[in-house]
Amino acid sequence: MNAIVMRRASAWPQRTMRAALLLVAVAFLVVFLLFPLAVVFAEALRQGVAAFLASIAQPEARSSILLTLLVAGIAVPLNLVFGVSAAWLMTRFQFRGKALLGTIIDIPFSVSPVISGLIYVLLFGAQGWFGPWLDAHGIKVIFAVPGLVLATVFVTLPFVARELIPLMQSQGGEEDEAARVLGALLYGVLLCNARAMGEFGAVSVVSGHIRGLTTTMPLEVEMRYNEYDYVGAFAVASLLALLALFTLAIKSLLEWRYADALAAHAPGGH
Amino acid sequence: MRRRVLPGFGLSLGLTLSYLGLIVLLPLAALAWKASDAGAGTWLHLFSSARVIAALRLSFGGALIAALLDALAGLLVAWVLVRYRFPGRRLLDAFIDLPFAMPTAVAGIALTALYAPNGWLGGWLALAGIRVAYAPQGVLVAMAFVGFPFVVRTLQPVLENLDREIEEAAESLGARRWQTFTRVLLPTLAPALLTGFALALARAAGEYGSVIFIAGNIPMRSEIAPLLIVQKLEQFDYAGAAALAVIMLGFSFVLLILISHLQRWSGRWAELPA
Repeated sequence: MNAIVMRRASAWPQRTMRAALLLVAVAFLVVFLLFPLAVVFAEALRQGVAAFLASIAQPEARSSILLTLLVAGIAVPLNLVFGVSAAWLMTRFQFRGKALLGTIIDIPFSVSPVISGLIYVLLFGAQGWFGPWLDAHGIKVIFAVPGLVLATVFVTLPFVARELIPLMQSQGGEEDEAARVLGALLYGVLLCNARAMGEFGAVSVVSGHIRGLTTTMPLEVEMRYNEYDYVGAFAVASLLALLALFTLAIKSLLEWRYADALAAHAPGGH
Repeated sequence: MRRRVLPGFGLSLGLTLSYLGLIVLLPLAALAWKASDAGAGTWLHLFSSARVIAALRLSFGGALIAALLDALAGLLVAWVLVRYRFPGRRLLDAFIDLPFAMPTAVAGIALTALYAPNGWLGGWLALAGIRVAYAPQGVLVAMAFVGFPFVVRTLQPVLENLDREIEEAAESLGARRWQTFTRVLLPTLAPALLTGFALALARAAGEYGSVIFIAGNIPMRSEIAPLLIVQKLEQFDYAGAAALAVIMLGFSFVLLILISHLQRWSGRWAELPA
């Protein structure tokens, strides 16, 4: 009796409570997630479309775009081949040390980006393991494109493998397996590419910030920002923000198209 | 040995192991070598440097607070996205992953522009006497931003599979809404919530790109540990950088072990008969 009276009494507050929770959550998402996205475009266009276009047409901006495409163009296919190989190995065969192998594949996700760059400096830098040898043979890895590629390969290594392994483990109908594997593969490549093009910390450590030679788009954003060229920084940043939006759109599309294949997935970390 | 008849065991084993060896293990071995190369003096200097201690405290303490904020906000957002139907829900759901998709440098300068005293939000906050950009609070905002999707994305599938009859049973037994939440829902969600919290924490502790712009990087106040590693590298103090990196990795490792224990404990708790 008591409970019934109480629930009747709480019927109205419950509806208010739902509305309040909904309002708070939506307001939070708009302010916390969408404002940062909006401010990128607002700042990029602050001095008009002409200034924006002039800013991204500058030679340093163009060379940073080309370098970003080059680095991702090498790193993503490498990690695609590795991911397919690792997934095939992990899901089709039994062998000792499999769990350890899975842990090693995940290492790059739990290492700070700065440390991801640092380890290559310690390997190939002037005072590094192979530094003197490389120097004697006139090969530059650190403060050059190979270092950028290596650091990018490291931070994006787990993406494809991580999408493929749980999918290939699950027992599904043989006829739609090809389609589901393709879905997971595209998903992994998409996330891998987004990270490869947007990586900052690891690449920043090995780059040396040589304009026109070793500055990828995120590094160009940083350099312009530190030179107080805010419109220029946000102009290049807006291109990267467009890439992020494109990635989210394709991701939603893939999730909708391959809903059952990609369901119940642990989120891909960065 | 499920299907040894399948081709490619040798090939995929060789390829996978050599790739991991070259890309992951060899560089990490170089880190261990350089850190062990650092003499007692380097280690003593690191551990007695107030600036290093302050940076480590900000990176790990800040990440802890940011992950807690993410857990609270993420619980609310996941709940609303799973349980309520409203126009624009799918669009908002897609945008949850924005911090994953947005390059960290872009997030960094965007958050700075937003929370700076002359920014859209910073202006209002300044009126209220709250400073965010160029202060430790800014570090927290950036850390919370990058870790946020982890909590929502780990909670969502669990919430979707949650049996609503349990809540209804609790209510029909006279439990108030708050009681249903704390005694029935929270224990069930706890393991997933802790997983999301741990992922957000690990990400925030090592975060660099989105933090350094908004932090202002004032020594002893708003300087994060990864930035100190970068500075040591710029001064060609490779041993110091390697030692600090090993300390950071050690801290992360201990934190993740603690959380996995907590998770096992909360998982047992959830399995107890209600």
